[in-house]
Formats: sequence, structure tokens, C-alpha cells
Amino acid sequence: MNRINQLFEQKKQSLLSIYFTAGYPDLNSTLDIAEALEKAGADFLEIGIPYSDPLADGPVIQHSSLTAINNGMTIKVLFEQLKELRSRVTIPVLLMGYFNPLLQYGVEHFCSSCKEVGVDGMIIPDLPMYEYEDLYEEYFSLNEIRNVFLITPQTSDERIHKIDELSNGFIYLLSSSSTTGKDLNVSDQTENYFSRIKNMQLKNPTMIGFGISDHTSFAKASEYADGAIVGTAFVKLLEKDGFMEQIPEFIKGLKG
Amino acid sequence: MNYQVDEKGYYGVFGGAYIPEMLYPNIKELREKYLEFIEDPKFQEEYVMLLKDYVGRPSPLFLAERLSKKYGAKIYLKREDLNHTGAHKINNTVGQILVAERLGKKRIIAETGAGQHGVATATVCALKGLECIVYMGAVDIERQAPNVARMKMMGATVIPATSGSQTLKDATNEALRDWINHPTDTHYILGSVVGPHPYPDMVARFQSIISEETKWQLQEKTGKSTPDYVLACVGGGSNAMGMFYHFLNDEDVKLIAVEAAGKGVDSGESAATTLLGKEGVLHGSRSLVMQTEDGQVVEPYSISAGLDYPGIGPQHAHLFTSRRALYVSITDDEAMQAGMELSKLEGIIPAIETAHALAYLDKMKFKEDDVVVVCLSGRGDKDLDTYMKYFGL
Repeated sequence: MNRINQLFEQKKQSLLSIYFTAGYPDLNSTLDIAEALEKAGADFLEIGIPYSDPLADGPVIQHSSLTAINNGMTIKVLFEQLKELRSRVTIPVLLMGYFNPLLQYGVEHFCSSCKEVGVDGMIIPDLPMYEYEDLYEEYFSLNEIRNVFLITPQTSDERIHKIDELSNGFIYLLSSSSTTGKDLNVSDQTENYFSRIKNMQLKNPTMIGFGISDHTSFAKASEYADGAIVGTAFVKLLEKDGFMEQIPEFIKGLKG
Repeated sequence: MNYQVDEKGYYGVFGGAYIPEMLYPNIKELREKYLEFIEDPKFQEEYVMLLKDYVGRPSPLFLAERLSKKYGAKIYLKREDLNHTGAHKINNTVGQILVAERLGKKRIIAETGAGQHGVATATVCALKGLECIVYMGAVDIERQAPNVARMKMMGATVIPATSGSQTLKDATNEALRDWINHPTDTHYILGSVVGPHPYPDMVARFQSIISEETKWQLQEKTGKSTPDYVLACVGGGSNAMGMFYHFLNDEDVKLIAVEAAGKGVDSGESAATTLLGKEGVLHGSRSLVMQTEDGQVVEPYSISAGLDYPGIGPQHAHLFTSRRALYVSITDDEAMQAGMELSKLEGIIPAIETAHALAYLDKMKFKEDDVVVVCLSGRGDKDLDTYMKYFGL
């Protein structure tokens, strides 16, 4: 069984997923960070593939991407590093990346490389549903890679149902329409949106992301979804000296 | 052969809408409404009125006699440089501001490289009393101070794009990020035939006035509505698409698109996308993109700030791969010489972008009665600094 499906099935409390950029802050820090996150209590991981033009990202993740590219990170290098993934990390791992680098690597090849190293899912923010369904879904299914779609407060019910139908891992709920790294501002509108999704009784679990940076926002998100995703706040930690020692405290702080 | 967009938003294998979910509602709204708006007689009435009384259209089709004599053909210049704000860019911004009004948007954003599209956007926003925010690479803000001042005078806010190489590509990223963060009240006036569907088609339609006029002007002047050759420069490709549009199905009209070779195609400092690019996705559409083996978009180079874009519109990618149009490239030096030549021969100082198209005349072999139309996409006032430095004036 795919590790993502298993995790959600056996879930006892709210799940915490952490995003970080591969090859940041150092080219070879990817797996050390992954391992430290699992030990500290993260439930699953999203490893970002750096891209020169990350449209959906704010300045912090833009900076980590650029640094990683300058460090020499590429998809090929990443898969080399990930050969050791399953001897060091047991929790589910997704890769998050923009479509162009995947297209150059070859989508079919990419999916089979994911399977080989034990990656469980993908988040590709700029790959539209129609293209996914028409051109690429078979490669994902064949290799049991779960493709995760995003929804925002502006996504229509009709489209959410379609996304639910196409998904078989979880659905990524954006707390607002924004780039990454903005603070979560929970207004009545946001709560209405979270409740609306919760009441739709989707077949897939949901995780809330964007703007989750501390225990308060994590707890708030957990009221409405199966858990939450933290990205920018963690990448900021990686900017600091001695960040490895601070990872346990960071995770504990989020989970409370 | 069909050279226009299909119902899924593709030109052959190019095009589509590779956008994050955050942009989907805006793109969907635009896709569902743009044709209805454009075809509405009231829209057309206002669009045509503004083009005539505000922009100054039709732009003249001028027989350049001394240039013709030099190259041995009948060379006509389509004078987009005489439009209000000095380039073809305003044809698109006038159209899109009317679209934005009908969508009920209160806030307008745009990207700009050299500043021409930014100025054209600020202009129509002032005309309609709408808030205007223009993203411009920090490097370009330094290089194009007069255009920054123009935008400010017309009430626009110019925000420096400080990510990446701080030029057009990054300004476009910032504009798209702004749109993600303002999902309901904002319209993005994209300046070229790039971006997610329906932008390439919408912008091409607004620029197609260039070839529509050229056809009847040629008929009046030569007794025939089609020329032998049509030339235009290409960065993203909006003036070229406007210049080609109504000739696409006249298969005996040879269409020539001139890209910027920069310091030479193989120099590592170039913007010749059809030669150096591979199929990829940039700014929401599948097209030809200059990139590394790993799929990172590379920084292009050209002496002209309007041509240094690492992609090309998806319709151009289709015209290139289907060989309907010929894509060639011209170096910085060749373009600068051609700009000086037109100034001396015809008393017209062209934009350096435009000078790339003119420079290709020297590489062609004409028969004496060949009719050639060159899209004179913009005037050279904005480039005086570059001309002065290059020629030591």
C-alpha cells in the first residue's frame, strides 16, 4: 500500500507535513534534514525541486530555490541522493516541483524514478487537471505515485468534486489565494471556506497549507482538515546557523 | 492548415494554460468571456473609436523610397511608431482595458521590460481612471528611467522586480504572483502573445489591426492586398503576430520573424529562442523556451530590452515548427547599423527592437518588383542613450 494512503488510514491525531527545498542550504543537506524531521516527529515530508521561476512562491522559497540551483541541485542529482532515502526515512515523502524541469526529465521517466527510490507522491502546482488526466495520469498510476491537487477559496464546488475524483492521496487546501509565506489570517470568510470543504465530505483526506507557521495556526487548521503543511516557516529556520539542533524544538513547537 | 488556436487553447502542441490553481478562476473567466466581449458591437465601437481618436490609427503605410532603392525592392514601412506612446503596444492595452472594464475589475497590473508596454498600460489606466501597478525589473528601471517617469506621471505605481535577473522574465513572474495574491479585483494586462490561454489569442486579435490595415492600404497603393514578404521582429512576438495575422492563410506571402542574436547565436549572450530553445513551459504556456538541460530557464541577452525574453509565443512556436514562417536572427551590431541606416535614409529613428527586422533586409535577395512590408513596431526615442553610447554621438 502507498505510504500516503496508509498514513491517513492509521491517523490518530492531526498530521504535520514539512516542506523544504532539496539542496538547501547545502547540496547534500537534503537527506540529513529529512531524517532529522522524521526523528523530530514530522508525519510526512514534501521535498521541493528547485526551479528558476517558482510562480507560486514568495521570497523565502524563491531564495532557497535559487541557492539550491547555484549549489548544483538538479533532478538527476536529487534522485542520486534519494537512492538512500528508504534506508534513512520511513515516513511518506512527496516531491513538489514546477512542471518544466519534469517535462525536460521526461514525465514517464520521472514517475518511474520516484517509484525506484521510494517517493510516494507529487505536487505539481502548474500542471493543470486536463493535461494531467489526458497525457500523464497513466504514468502516475502505473508507478503508484499519488498526484496532489491544490484548491483555493475561489475553487468552485464543481471543480472540487472533479479534483476529488482525480485524487487518490490527499487534497491540498490553500488557506487563501496567495503565494507561499504569507501569514494566515483566519477571518470568518476563511472559516466558512474551511467548513464548506469539510461539509462536502470528500473521499480524499485534506491538508491545509500556506500561512501555517506556529502552533496556533496549526491547531486552527487541524479543526477543519486532517492536518497542516508548513513550508516557509521551516525554510526560514534553515537559514540559521545550527539549524539541525533546532529542528526537534521547531516541530514540538508546531505540534504543541 | 490551421494556424489559430483550437478549442482547448492549443496551437498544435503549443499553448495551453499551465497555471497554478490560484490563477484558474481568473483565467477561466477570461477564457469564457473574451470572445463575447470582443465581438460585441458596443465593444467594437468603443475600441475602433479609441484606436482612431486616441491612438491615431490607421497608422500610415509608407513607401520608403531610398531604402527601396538600396535593397532593390518596393519596401513599405507599417508605421506603428506613430501611434500614441510610440509603439504597437497600445493596440493591445486599449483592447484589454475595455475587457477589464467589462469584467468589473478595479485594479490593473502589468509587466514591462523596456517600459513600452508599461507606458501603454499606464496610459489606458489614466484614460479610464483605474489603479495601475507595473512590475519592472530593477535592472530595467535603471536602464529606462524616462519610461519610469512617464508611467509615474500618468499615475502608475512602478514596483521593482528584485528576483532572478531583475529583467522582463522576473517582472512577469512578479505580475503573476501579484495576480495570485489579488484573486478577485485585478486584471492582468499581459503585453505580448505569451502566457496562458486565452492571452496569446486575445493579444494577437488586438494586434491584428496591424495586418488588417496593411491589407487595404496595400490594395490602395499597389492594387493588390498581399505583399511578397512581411518582416517583423520577435521577442515574445506581439508585433509580429499582429503583422502576420491576416496573412497567415495567404500561403504565398512569405512571413519572416527576426529574433535577437545578441552577441551571436553561439556566444552564450543571445535571445534567439527558436534556435536555442527547446519545448518547455514558461509563464503558463507550452512553447519554445531557452533553458538548461535540467529545465531551468536561462537569462537571454539582447542590446534591445524588448527582445530579451527567453520564450516565444505559442503561436509563433507553431508557425516555426510548421514552417509557415521563417525565423531568423540578427546580432546587436547588425541591428544598430540598420537603425542608423534608416535614420539616415528615411529620417526615421527606429526602436532597436524594430532595427532587428530592418537589418534582415540586407540578407535577402529581392526581385525588383517584390513588395515587402516591414513592421516599424516602435520609435527610437527611448533608445537614444544606447544609440549615443554605441556610436559615440
